[in-house]
Amino acid sequence: MSRLNKFILPLGGFALLAVLLAVGLKQAPEKGIIKSPLVGKLAPAYSLPDLMQPGAVVASDDLKGKWHVVNVWGSWCFACRDEHPMLLAIQQEGVVPIVGIDWNDEEAAGREWLAKLGNPYARVAVDREGRTAIHYGVTAAPESFLINPQGVIVKKVTGVITPKIWRDEMLPLIRGVAGGGQ
Amino acid sequence: MSRGVVFAATLSLFLAGVAWAVDTTPPIPDPALQERYVTLTHELRCVQCQNEAIADSPVEIAAQLRREVRESLIAGQSDDEIRETMVSRYSEFILFKPRWSAKTALLWLAPALMLLVGAFIALRVVGRRRQLLETDDSVVDEDGDG
Amino acid sequence: MIPEIGHFALILAMLLALVQAALGLIGPRSTQPRYVDAVPSAVAGQFVFTCIAMGCLAKSFIDYDFSVRYVAENANSALPLFFRIAAMWGAHEGSLLLWIFVLSLWTVAVVLRARTLPRSFTARVLGVLGLLSFGFLLFTLATSNPFLRLDPPAPDGRDLNPLLQDVALAVHPPMLYTGYVGLSVAFAFACAAMIEGRLDQTWARWTRPWTTLAWSFLTAGIALGSWWAYYELGWGGFWFWDPVENASFRPWLVATALIHSLAVTDKRGLFKSWTLLLAITGFSLSLLGTFLVRSGVLVSVHSFAADPARGIFILAFLVVVIGGALGLYAWRAPSLRSEAGFEMTSRESFLLFNNILLVIAAAVIFGGTMAPMVSDALGQGALSVGPQYFNPSFALPALPLLALLSVGMHAGWKRGNLSRVKREVLFTGVLALALAVAIWLGAYGGRKLLMPLGIALGLWIVLSSLVDPVDRIRRKLSLPLGVVGMAVAHLGLGMTTIGITVVQSATLEIDRAVAPGETVKVGEYDFRFEGTKAVEGPNYSAVQGTVVVGKGGKDIVVLRPQKRTYWVQQNPMTEAGISASWNRDLFVAMGEDVGRGAWSLRLQVRPLIQFIWWGALVMTLGGVLSGLDRRYRQPKKAARDAVDAVAAEPAA
Repeated sequence: MSRLNKFILPLGGFALLAVLLAVGLKQAPEKGIIKSPLVGKLAPAYSLPDLMQPGAVVASDDLKGKWHVVNVWGSWCFACRDEHPMLLAIQQEGVVPIVGIDWNDEEAAGREWLAKLGNPYARVAVDREGRTAIHYGVTAAPESFLINPQGVIVKKVTGVITPKIWRDEMLPLIRGVAGGGQ
Repeated sequence: MSRGVVFAATLSLFLAGVAWAVDTTPPIPDPALQERYVTLTHELRCVQCQNEAIADSPVEIAAQLRREVRESLIAGQSDDEIRETMVSRYSEFILFKPRWSAKTALLWLAPALMLLVGAFIALRVVGRRRQLLETDDSVVDEDGDG
Repeated sequence: MIPEIGHFALILAMLLALVQAALGLIGPRSTQPRYVDAVPSAVAGQFVFTCIAMGCLAKSFIDYDFSVRYVAENANSALPLFFRIAAMWGAHEGSLLLWIFVLSLWTVAVVLRARTLPRSFTARVLGVLGLLSFGFLLFTLATSNPFLRLDPPAPDGRDLNPLLQDVALAVHPPMLYTGYVGLSVAFAFACAAMIEGRLDQTWARWTRPWTTLAWSFLTAGIALGSWWAYYELGWGGFWFWDPVENASFRPWLVATALIHSLAVTDKRGLFKSWTLLLAITGFSLSLLGTFLVRSGVLVSVHSFAADPARGIFILAFLVVVIGGALGLYAWRAPSLRSEAGFEMTSRESFLLFNNILLVIAAAVIFGGTMAPMVSDALGQGALSVGPQYFNPSFALPALPLLALLSVGMHAGWKRGNLSRVKREVLFTGVLALALAVAIWLGAYGGRKLLMPLGIALGLWIVLSSLVDPVDRIRRKLSLPLGVVGMAVAHLGLGMTTIGITVVQSATLEIDRAVAPGETVKVGEYDFRFEGTKAVEGPNYSAVQGTVVVGKGGKDIVVLRPQKRTYWVQQNPMTEAGISASWNRDLFVAMGEDVGRGAWSLRLQVRPLIQFIWWGALVMTLGGVLSGLDRRYRQPKKAARDAVDAVAAEPAA
């Protein structure tokens, strides 16, 4: 009997492996997308130059007490172009203000981009050296952070905010409805 | 879809062929710090081009992360503190060397454990075969070597 | 028209593969010999149509046919002819076609060399290979058809990934696939034996040359990949423990164990079920590698475009093939017992240690590669495992393995008699250690302790490998290819060990911004940067730097690294400037233009790095020599067969 058990082991081991691979397959579309450890934590503070009003400062304190979205973008970023209409739509809805952070960009190029495509942001900050972005664990653009009135990041969107993500994952959180996690 | 687009965009950016090796900053004057800098920048994964260390990645965020490491070292932080800061923002994914914890204990101990098991198996098998020698009168064909 | 012919040819090949599988597996059960007789015809037909498909795809590339989607994605009107052809296997669909082609080549080889094998056994082997071909062809046609058309045709192609526009693309994948797929022959031999319910020393003798040759190709394929990464990627490294690199290394380790285990089964009829398991595992790891590269479950620089839908298909294929084989194993293995004995210092014993250590090494790499996925699957969050884990974890089983090799290769079968060779073992060991310490102190500054250890182990292997051949020549004994091959292969391993050890501990590297006219000292060498100029290639524009390297006041060599921008894909690419020599490589890669003519440069002195790949080449040569030994082509003596047949009688 013990002899038989020994030879069944490889098959049993492989069955486990197959299950693991199947689970891995299901999770595959999200490989490479880092799950942010900042979700559920206080959003890092920042105080950055204002892109649209030279000399002014955009600080994280400015929007404390209100739901808002922090959106990291750049004029060099192709996907941000895809996302832009959605951001304008969110601005139209008027539910939450969006703070833009122009990341690793030339200020002139950033302003030109907004002039050409429209400005969906309540405030736009410039992060030329990428320090704030790193504090937020940004890996690429566009990335967005949904922050609640207490200043806690409740959701991070890696990549473009699609209508589906906005409707099904972000709005419910803002409205206090159950559902819509990360 | 959006995640896929970002991932594909950055992936294609990388796969399309990028240069390596762009640390333009001069070495840290203190050789001990410089050595720690080299070690740490090889331990941290570039979060954009995810299959390179920040020491080797040419993208801007890698250079900025190297800058973070450099400034932290000069400010007197320990290696563990620097790692912890990075992990707090980017998760354990950013470390090429898994930190020792209950979660990773098995991973780190596995080779040694396997060696122990292997040694045990070897002893058992050899022991049994030595016993069988007494009843084994087969002749070994010495053609070639085997 | 041509792509449609290719498409149709693939369909026919698939059907013939199915016929081959059916006839091969069911045919032997029939009393009529004509079913079994027809199998070679099915093999031939499948091969012909596979060739036609390859030819059609090649023609589509050569003729710039951008109405074929795969061609449009991987070629361009400015892509030189050489790369247009090699681009055939530059991405997922075409690489599958290459896999299928190589599989049919090996199948044809089995048919041609099968004269000494029993016909029903051969039929079953071909049947299993037919099943594998069928599975791959089905997968290709269903999810990864290279002949799909674009309507309207693309005006021009997206160009081959610039990283792949290199001569190594022509050799690395074919060599690697020949190795991966070659392991399927051992796998098929194992399945045939399990189906028939008998496995004896004769079976082992048949299987050995196939396995050794597949191993040789795999060795060459992996070495080529490493060498290519070194000179092409511009980072100066040669191995990153990337998941896909690991996926090729694991089957290599298991195949190495298999070669040695087969030797024991051949010689003494021992380790039968273990050899069987290794034969199954080796090819299973090849298949697993295919899965990992194409399904997106692991983050890797090497992945083909990740597509989980394809992943499901491959996973199902894996379950059927590997699950089936392991099921057969669970059924048949219990009856494979042997009552032979051996001494602790015998060759069998050392080969047992060899196998255990190689399998541990493979398991360590497997665990490290899979750990992130396991962590994710169990909801434990992200985990990342890189060189800082793999290097020490792999060294743990590898170092004892290397040490035991030098002793074990002198051990005799059954009784060992190590005392007979005690003098040679001690002499070679002491000499190796002395030389290693001398080299360590004299040439490399006597710093890292790993260096003399690694050099000593490598040298010991080299010297030990020479003992037996030299002894035979002196005593005027025969020198069969098998003995020569073994010595050569082990010698190559020693070389590679020395190369890796020295490179890892004695590499000098400096990254910095360098102005024109400035000289940077790296070790004993002076790298003088003399500025850049613009050059044009057939499908790229480049900035070419000139770096003059001197030593002791004399200029030795001029290196011309380039920063290329390929016209189509536009992203910059580095071509390193390398001066290769037996004792060191000088390496320069350009980073960025930092203004006023200055550039950031990576400058490296890499001592003995060439030993790594030349050592691998020597290993490959050793494997080929060994596999060609004549005794594998001779039928075994009848008396032994009779004994084997009785001993291998299944218990049931």
